[in-house]
Amino acid sequence: MIKQIAVFLENKEGKASACCKVLKEADINLYALSIADTKEFGILRLITDDNEKALQVLKNAGFLSSMVELVGLEVPHKAGALSELLIDLGDGGVNVEYMYSYAEADGHAKIAFKTATPEKAIAILQSKGAKII
Amino acid sequence: MQYFQKELETMSADQKRVLQSERLVKMVKYVYENQKPYREKMDAMKLKPDDIKSIDDIYKLPYTVKQDLRDAYPFGMMARPRKDLVRLHASSATTGKLTVAGYTMNDIDVWAECAARSLVMAGADEESIIHVAYGYGLFTGGLGMHYGGEKLGACVVPASAGNTQKQIQLITDFGADIICCTPSYIIYLAEEIEKLGLKPGVDIKLKGGVFGAEAWSEGMRNDIEKRLGIRACDIYGLSEIAGPGVACDCEFKTGMHFQDDHFYPEIVDVDTLEPLPYGESGELVITTLTKEGMPLLRYRTRDIASLNADPCPCGRTTVKLNKITGRSDDMLIIRGVNVFPSQIESVLLKNPDIQPHYHINVDRVNNLDTMEIVVELSPNISIDEIGHVEEIRKKLSSDMTSALSVSAKITLVSPGTVARSEGKAKRITDKRKL
Ligand SMILES: [Zn+2]
Repeated sequence: MIKQIAVFLENKEGKASACCKVLKEADINLYALSIADTKEFGILRLITDDNEKALQVLKNAGFLSSMVELVGLEVPHKAGALSELLIDLGDGGVNVEYMYSYAEADGHAKIAFKTATPEKAIAILQSKGAKII
Repeated sequence: MQYFQKELETMSADQKRVLQSERLVKMVKYVYENQKPYREKMDAMKLKPDDIKSIDDIYKLPYTVKQDLRDAYPFGMMARPRKDLVRLHASSATTGKLTVAGYTMNDIDVWAECAARSLVMAGADEESIIHVAYGYGLFTGGLGMHYGGEKLGACVVPASAGNTQKQIQLITDFGADIICCTPSYIIYLAEEIEKLGLKPGVDIKLKGGVFGAEAWSEGMRNDIEKRLGIRACDIYGLSEIAGPGVACDCEFKTGMHFQDDHFYPEIVDVDTLEPLPYGESGELVITTLTKEGMPLLRYRTRDIASLNADPCPCGRTTVKLNKITGRSDDMLIIRGVNVFPSQIESVLLKNPDIQPHYHINVDRVNNLDTMEIVVELSPNISIDEIGHVEEIRKKLSSDMTSALSVSAKITLVSPGTVARSEGKAKRITDKRKL
């Protein structure tokens, strides 16, 4: 499982960059950043090289932040393999709430996703030979 | 310590009526002789001081409204010459005009006694360290509780408002057991205390407090009591009558014990001004029974509340003032519906996903009133999906509509972003009036 930080932003323009600034000042590197938003507010999702510290500095800076666990896997090299895995998850009754791809320092492309049934998702993925992180 | 003045606080209903009647008869004569505005009002009504024979005749007396005090500004309502006045307090109105109240030495003493009775209700005694974080100044909060604490024989720390870090240091180092401030400020203090990692009961020795100058709800009381482990008493007062101490909660919280040997309360219908029976909600009207500097007859406080005369387990026999549910001043009329901020607050307090720091923005768009309630999410919730925020908003929005009978736009913001106030919270921006 991968740890992700989710930050609530009531006005996404100013707040997203303020949030990144806080992390930069604490020498925390971002591996992934994605934003889900409406026209009024947004939720910033981050994976960093030190998630515990990131959560602490963001909380101290007054951001409503929390840690969420995601299922992570390495993107298979074979073309089409990723979509097959996603179809298998769907067939197996795993509901993916959101997902995004990212790369860590090793350069490998990775996928992280949120589901209410992570154990089931991992079991399916492993049975199909996917590399879980 | 159970009572500050046992005989006065626990006298029988019959004794109380005799005392109130004697005092009212004397007061009306005094007022007629010494306050020109009342003499003129009574003459116009063909009411003579002799027509008031007991407390039952109080309904014959004329009402006093804030405008009467403004008209008499600054000294037209004073019943005593300048040399007998020892203090002036003043409150500002939204209109910018001040109302002033003059106190004689005896008035200050009576007020201090009432404040001391209140402090005892909150758990204070002669051994107490009383931290006063109300502002000191023209506003009656600071000096009122200060004199009350000294009258009690306790040790008062006149911290005044502001500089929260220093306040927490004083509370911790001096080991204050009683605190006096506004309810919004004690919540702010509790948050700061939590942030510093200080433990109530260990680092913080507070066991009780009186909180007033703003209307607050039962939910806020529970929150304060739980977070700080203290007895949180609502205290009532207004500078025109006397500052904090006119009424205060005892430990049983059956309504605020109204110091009705000095101040006589009535509840009247806001529109018809007909006196209402116990239990019914209307405007609180107060007649001073012993005041010398600036006595007031049937002063309309603009506070909306009800009275109850149910016996209280504490043994005090006063009539009791139930929580102030609103102020006729703060009442917002949104699309023709009366809305009190306290109603909004009670909806917010029932929802664990948010915290009761809010601001109300009222505007008029295309001739239609709009109301936005900006409220903080709780720092303890975990949010990683848009849908989660929308759910909280929908729930609040529908709860608000059913409580207020008018819809409001809910805007959720991060914890700590709604401006905190160290005095009276300013929670409404009404752009319709600007
Ligand atoms: Zn009582």
